[in-house]
Amino acid sequence: MNAETIVEFNQISKFFGSVIALQDVTMHIKSGEIMCLLGDNGAGKSTLIKTLSGVHKPDKGEIIVEGKKTIFDSPRDALDLGIATVYQDLALVSLMSVTRNFFMGREPIKGIGPFKTFDIEKANRVAADRMGQIGIDIRDPTQAVGNMSGGERQCLAISRAIYFGAKVLILDEPTSALGVHQASVVLKYIVKAATQGLGVILITHNVHHAYPIGNRFTILNRGKSMGTYAKKELSREKLLGMMAGGEELDKLEVELKEIDRVGNNNN
Amino acid sequence: MSVKSQSIDRKSEDERLRRVSKLKVILNRPELGALGGSILVFIFFGIIAGDTGMFSAYGTINFLEVSANLGIIAIAAAMLMIGGEFDLSVGSMIGFAGICIAIPAIYWGWPLWSAILFAFAIAVLVGYANGLLVVRTGLPSFIVTLAMLFILRGATLALTRLITGRTQVPGLRVLIDNDPIAWIFSADTFTGFFTWLGSLGLIELRTDGTPLATGLPASVLWWIGMTIFATWILMKTRYGNWIFASGGDKLGARNLGVPVGRVKISLFIGTAVAATIYACVQVLDAGSADTMRGFLKELEAIVAAVVGGCLLTGGYGSAIGAAFGALIFGTVSMGIYYTDVDTDWFKVFLGMMMLIAVIFNNFIRRRVTENK
Repeated sequence: MNAETIVEFNQISKFFGSVIALQDVTMHIKSGEIMCLLGDNGAGKSTLIKTLSGVHKPDKGEIIVEGKKTIFDSPRDALDLGIATVYQDLALVSLMSVTRNFFMGREPIKGIGPFKTFDIEKANRVAADRMGQIGIDIRDPTQAVGNMSGGERQCLAISRAIYFGAKVLILDEPTSALGVHQASVVLKYIVKAATQGLGVILITHNVHHAYPIGNRFTILNRGKSMGTYAKKELSREKLLGMMAGGEELDKLEVELKEIDRVGNNNN
Repeated sequence: MSVKSQSIDRKSEDERLRRVSKLKVILNRPELGALGGSILVFIFFGIIAGDTGMFSAYGTINFLEVSANLGIIAIAAAMLMIGGEFDLSVGSMIGFAGICIAIPAIYWGWPLWSAILFAFAIAVLVGYANGLLVVRTGLPSFIVTLAMLFILRGATLALTRLITGRTQVPGLRVLIDNDPIAWIFSADTFTGFFTWLGSLGLIELRTDGTPLATGLPASVLWWIGMTIFATWILMKTRYGNWIFASGGDKLGARNLGVPVGRVKISLFIGTAVAATIYACVQVLDAGSADTMRGFLKELEAIVAAVVGGCLLTGGYGSAIGAAFGALIFGTVSMGIYYTDVDTDWFKVFLGMMMLIAVIFNNFIRRRVTENK
C-alpha cells in the first residue's frame, strides 16, 4: 500500500470571539491509514471537524490537499476534493427509503430535457449492492431507513460517502450511540474501508474503540494538540491517561471504592 | 446438484420476502388513511343519501367541483408540507389573485388573458417573498406566512376599495367568451359526452331537453392533472427526492448538497400559484371577484393535506393522499345537505376527521420507522 499524504493541516487555529477553540493544531492523513482524534468533551473535536470539512474557515494555518494549498468556502468544496464527513446525525431521513437516502442530493438521472427522471431502478440496485458488500442484507432497498439498526445506519452513511468518491473520510463519533456488537460491526467496516486505500479520521472519546483499529493517534486537549503518536509508541493505558479524562477516571475509581466501602459497612 | 438446489431455495425465499414487503409497502403508504376514509364516506352517504340525488350526475359534479377546488390548493400545500413548511397565506392569496385579475380587466381595460397572466406573475412574486423570508431569516414559516395572510387580505381590501370604492368587482362574465386563455379555467369539458348521456336518458334533463349537468368543470381536470403531476415530481424526479430530504432533515440534506433553500422557495411559489389557479376558476365561474374570497381556505388545505397523510413535521406525505383528503372534504361538505343532519355540524365533523387522521398518521409513521 502506498502511504502518500492526502491531506495536511498545518498550524490550524480557530477563534470564536475571545475564545480560542483551536490553537496551532497540526496533523496529516495518509491513504490507507486510520488516524484517531481523541479528546474529552470541549477539547475542540467538533470545531476541528467542522474546520476540516469546510463548515468553518480557519483563522490561521493552512490546509493542503494532495500537495496543493486549499481554502474551503463550503462543505461542498471539501466534498469535491474527496473529503467527506459523516456527522453524528448521519444526515439520514428515517422516513425515507434506503435508496432515497443513499442518493440524497446526488440522484442518478435518466431521460432528456424536462422529462429527466430519478433513475430509481439503478439507484435501488446500487444501494442494495453496496449494502450487500458490507454484509448488510437489506431485503428491500425501498424500506424506510427507520427500520435499520443504529450500526446499519452508520454503515449506510459511510458506504454512501465512499460510493461518492471520498478519499478521506471524517467520522464523527461513529460508535458513540451503539451497543457493543453494533459498534464492532461499524469498526470492522472502517478497517475494511481503510484497507481499500481510504484515509480515515476517526473522532471519538472512546479509547477502547479507537485503540484496536487506529494506526496513529492525535490527542486534543482544550483546543491544543498534545501530539500525534504511532500505535507502537503508545499503550492503551498511556493513551487513556493522556486524555483529559484519564486522571479524572482514576479519581472516580477511588471515589467509587469509597462509596462501595461505606455501602458495605452499612449492610 | 446441491449448489443448484441451494440457489433455488434462496430464490424462493427471496420471493417470499418480497411478497411480504409488498403488503407492508401498501400498509405503510401515506395515502392509505385518506383512501380508506374516502371509501367510508362514500359508503356512509351511499346508505344515508343514496336515493336523494346526491350521486346523480348533477349531484356528483357538485361535490366533485368543491373537492377539485380545494384539491388544487391542497396538493400544493401537501408538497410544501412534505418540504417541511406551511403556507397560511394561501387563502388570502386567492382573494388577492382574484382582484389582480378583476381590477385590470374591468377598470383598466386590460384583455382578460393579460390580467390572468398578471395575477400569476404576482403570485410568483408573493411565493418568492414568502420562501425567501423563511429561508433567509430562519423564522418558522407559520409566522412568516401568518404575517403574509394579513398583509395580502388587507391589501386586497384596501386596494379594491381605493380603486373601485366597493369590495366586489363584478362584470367579468362578458369578457370570458372569445378570451384565448380563460377557457382553461372555466370551460365545461366532455359536454358532448354529457349531451349524449342526456339523449339516452341516463342523466337528468332540463325541461328544454339539455342535460342538467352540462359537462365536467375544468377545475376537476386541474385537480386530477395536478395530482398526477405532483405525484410524478415526488416519486420520479430528483427534485422530488430533494423535497422529501429538505423536509426530513434540512441540515443533513444541505450537507449532502441538496439546494434546500431553492427547493423551499419553489414550493412556496407553488402554493401561491395554486391559489391563483383556484382564484381563476372561482372568479371566472362567478364572473366576479370579492375581497373575502378564499377566507380560511389555507386551513382547509392543511386539513386535506394532513388527512391525506402528510406529517406536520415534514418529510412524509403524498399528493394522492391530499387529493383524497380534498375529496373527503368536498363530499362531506356537499353531502351533508342531502341528509337530515343540520349543516351546522359540518365543522364538528371536520375537526374530528382531522383529529382521527392525525392519530392514524402518527401510528403509520411509527410503523414505518420502528418495526423491524
